[in-house]
Amino acid sequence: MAEKDKMTIIMFSGEMDKVLAAFNIAIGAAASGMDVTIFFTYWGLNVIKRNEGSIKSKGVMCKMLNFMNRGGAKRLPLSKFHMFGMGKKMMQKLMRDINFPQVDELIQTAKELGVKFIVCTTTIGMMGLTKEAFIPEVDSFAGVATYIAVARESKISLFI
Amino acid sequence: MKADVSIDCVGLYCPMPIVNTAKKIRDMQSGQVLEVIADDEGVKQDMPNWAKMTRNEFLGIEEENGRYHVFVRKS
Repeated sequence: MAEKDKMTIIMFSGEMDKVLAAFNIAIGAAASGMDVTIFFTYWGLNVIKRNEGSIKSKGVMCKMLNFMNRGGAKRLPLSKFHMFGMGKKMMQKLMRDINFPQVDELIQTAKELGVKFIVCTTTIGMMGLTKEAFIPEVDSFAGVATYIAVARESKISLFI
Repeated sequence: MKADVSIDCVGLYCPMPIVNTAKKIRDMQSGQVLEVIADDEGVKQDMPNWAKMTRNEFLGIEEENGRYHVFVRKS
C-alpha cells in the first residue's frame, strides 16, 4: 500500500471550543485515511493533562501558574461565553443533545484511529511540569525540529 | 439497493458518520457493500468525498423521509 498522506495540527489553544474543532478535523482526516499528528504546545498542554490527582511543578511561579491553569480535558473553558463555567455547561448540554462527543471521548476516538500526540518539551520546561502531568495517550515529547520534519511532508498543516 | 452490512448513524453529526463508516469498513471483505443511514445533511457531500479519499467505491444515496441511505463498496 502507498504511504498515507500526512496532516499535522499545532494545538496551541486550550479552550474547549477550539479543541473540539481541532479534534473534529483530526478525527475526520484519520478516518479518511490520513496519518495525523497533533503537536501540543503552550495552552494546548491543558488538553492532555491528567484529569485526576494533583499536578506537581517546580518553583513558586510555576506552582501559581499551574494552580491557575490546572488543565485536563474535562476542565477546559470556552473561548467565548464561558461565564465562570455556566456557558460551558450549557454548551455541553447542547453537544449531548446532538450526541456529540466531549473532549475526553474525542481523545479516545483519535487514538483508536491512530492519531499521534506529541508534547512540546519547551512548554513543559517553562511551566515546570513533568511527564507525569500527562495522560498515557501521549506518544512522545519533542521540539520544533520534530514538528517541522513531519509538517514539511504534510499535505495539510493547521495552527489552532 | 442491497447491502451486506448496515450501520445506523441517525442523530449523529460530522465527523461521527465517517468515523463509524471507517471503523466498520475495516472489518468488511473487499467487494462487500456497506449501507450508512444518517440524517445529517452533511453526509450527502461528505460520503462521496470520504469514499474518494479512501479509494472505496461510492454507489449512491437514497433519500427517504429525511434519512439518507448511503451505499459504499469496499475496494
